[in-house]
Amino acid sequence: MLSAPGLLFFILGCAALTAPYMTLAANRIVAGDGFRAWQLAAPGPSVLALGVLAAGLAMGVLGAWPTLRVIGAALGLGALIWLLTLGSTTLLDGAGEYARVSPAAGFWCLVVVLALLLADGLTNLSPGPWARLGILGVILGLLAALLTSGLLSQLSIMQEFSSRKPAFFDALSRHLWLSLGSLLLAAIIGLPLGIACYRKPRLQDTLLPALSFLQTIPSLAMFGIMIPLLGWVGDTIPGAQAIGIAGIGFAPAFIALVLYSLLPVVANTAAGLGSTPPAAQEAARGMGMTFIQRLAKVELPLGLPIILAGLRIVLVQNIGLAVIAGLIGGGGFGAFVFQGLNQTAIDLILLGALPTVALALVAGVLMDILVALTQPHTRHVSESAP
Amino acid sequence: MIEIDQISKVYDGKAAVDAVSMTVETGTITVIVGTSGSGKTTLLRMINRLEEPTSGEVRINGVVTTSMPGHILRRRIGYAIQGHGLFPHHTVGRNIGAVPQLLGWSKEKTRARVDELLDLFSMDPAQFRDRYPAELSGGQQQRVGVARALASRPDLLLMDEPFGALDPIIRARAQTDLRRIQRTLGSTIMLVTHDMEEAIHLGDRVAVMDGGQLVQHGTPAEIIQNPATAFVADMVGGVDRPLRLLSLIAVADIVEDGPATGTPIAAEASLRDALSACLWSGRDALPVTRGDAIIGRVTLPAIRAQAQATA
Repeated sequence: MLSAPGLLFFILGCAALTAPYMTLAANRIVAGDGFRAWQLAAPGPSVLALGVLAAGLAMGVLGAWPTLRVIGAALGLGALIWLLTLGSTTLLDGAGEYARVSPAAGFWCLVVVLALLLADGLTNLSPGPWARLGILGVILGLLAALLTSGLLSQLSIMQEFSSRKPAFFDALSRHLWLSLGSLLLAAIIGLPLGIACYRKPRLQDTLLPALSFLQTIPSLAMFGIMIPLLGWVGDTIPGAQAIGIAGIGFAPAFIALVLYSLLPVVANTAAGLGSTPPAAQEAARGMGMTFIQRLAKVELPLGLPIILAGLRIVLVQNIGLAVIAGLIGGGGFGAFVFQGLNQTAIDLILLGALPTVALALVAGVLMDILVALTQPHTRHVSESAP
Repeated sequence: MIEIDQISKVYDGKAAVDAVSMTVETGTITVIVGTSGSGKTTLLRMINRLEEPTSGEVRINGVVTTSMPGHILRRRIGYAIQGHGLFPHHTVGRNIGAVPQLLGWSKEKTRARVDELLDLFSMDPAQFRDRYPAELSGGQQQRVGVARALASRPDLLLMDEPFGALDPIIRARAQTDLRRIQRTLGSTIMLVTHDMEEAIHLGDRVAVMDGGQLVQHGTPAEIIQNPATAFVADMVGGVDRPLRLLSLIAVADIVEDGPATGTPIAAEASLRDALSACLWSGRDALPVTRGDAIIGRVTLPAIRAQAQATA
């Protein structure tokens, strides 16, 4: 039995090989020349690495054996890294002091194709939440080992990293503060609002459209509104500037993220509480539970997966949106992205963009695991009762 | 004793329940029967104040229900509904122990009560206590729902179409179980249904509701023999009336001396069953047994007299 997605991944992977795999540039700003995957090393290692890559993609076609597909994806990813290390040594050999090598379109396409193959294979294995947590841990461990091993240190993006190590970790912590902090504040404000909406449908009818409207304001326009507003607050209210409230910087970015987060939190809270079976709600009232008791014992536990799904949307959305904070001095990985844009240094842009993508992916997977863990037992019990 | 005194509920100027009064004796089952929109469910929900009456009052053992907060009142009144309303994320044990927990019973006392109730409903506690509702059959879920309503030994048990979601065979068994358990515990039950058969089978008293009004309140026999209005007559079903009447009388009530042959019938069986046995086996008389001993016979003319005399 052939796997249809596997076949697609194989074709896409082969097509990606025809694109340049790496580029060599004279310095970090000019555009480089592309090299194809078979131009990166001596014939022997090249053939071996490409053979392993092709074998990995081919294993992905075996629909009946998801384990083999996962192994194939891992082999393919290994071959990609190996080609990268082979290529950086070959290309830099005698290329001059300021020369830079970078992965190019072909490499990135292959990474995406193999990552999709890996995800598809793992999904077919349908691991439980704890197994998924374990797999995530293994993948992150391998990634950390690879990045700290020095194997990739010749790549341009790693050189950008090593010259900005303290700034990078500052940006990471600022980025996490922006996205997790705004999530927390949005939850603190949004959960009670969601509960109020659930209790008073009339409130829901007015509040949700207002929050939807906030959601439609483009982020740049939101900052535009925030800058004079917070600038005025910082200037007029004593002590406001001391805690960091000003027209630009952390405060406007943080507030904008909180405002964008409110709709998913409030809407999913109201929907989650409303998803309780009506008979269970009626029984809870009928047996003499107060509103708070019904909320705590029945509606919140049963609605938790939907409420968490709302928080998941917010977290992933905020990790992405927080990049914009870089534009108004809010810090985070966005700072690298906008510096890189100004300097036309692609690898500096990637130094901001890639960790953002990784953070969003990891956060999404972690929240999915949490959602799965909070599903009531009943959902995965078969209906085989006599 | 439950006294319902001139109770009304008005929605948008229209009376869903219109000045209903009735008294329910302790230890009896009263079945409120009516078509949909007759106000029977609203009447029931006003007793535990899930709906607040527009006017009138309810007294339970002399205490007016509005003298305490609604949720405190509801903890003293059992409530079982159609589709059981079990909490899907709690085990059977936690579901049954929900009201005792609200009342602050100790863990040991609650657990003992849960096991006692599961035994009463013929469900092995060791086997069922830790299961989730989704792991039970429809009939078992319904029994757990009723057990939960009885957990705190309430003064009164209200049931709103409790057997509505069950198939006919399971429903008949559930009705028989309820009757047996009510006799064992001496509970006072008010049950709402649209099914007159169920009302006659279960009720010590039957209350017929139509258009928000209580049109008749009496024993099943009274309702069948002297329907107060055309609507009640229609509800008890014209052609089936003699059979329904016979189903209310036990063979033991008209047993007589004399010979009879063939398969005997139990003294506790209804005359309807006896008539059916006579017709099916082509006999004019059946031997009647109590336990293993034959105590007499029941004859076709005697059955016929019962169906006729009172009609």
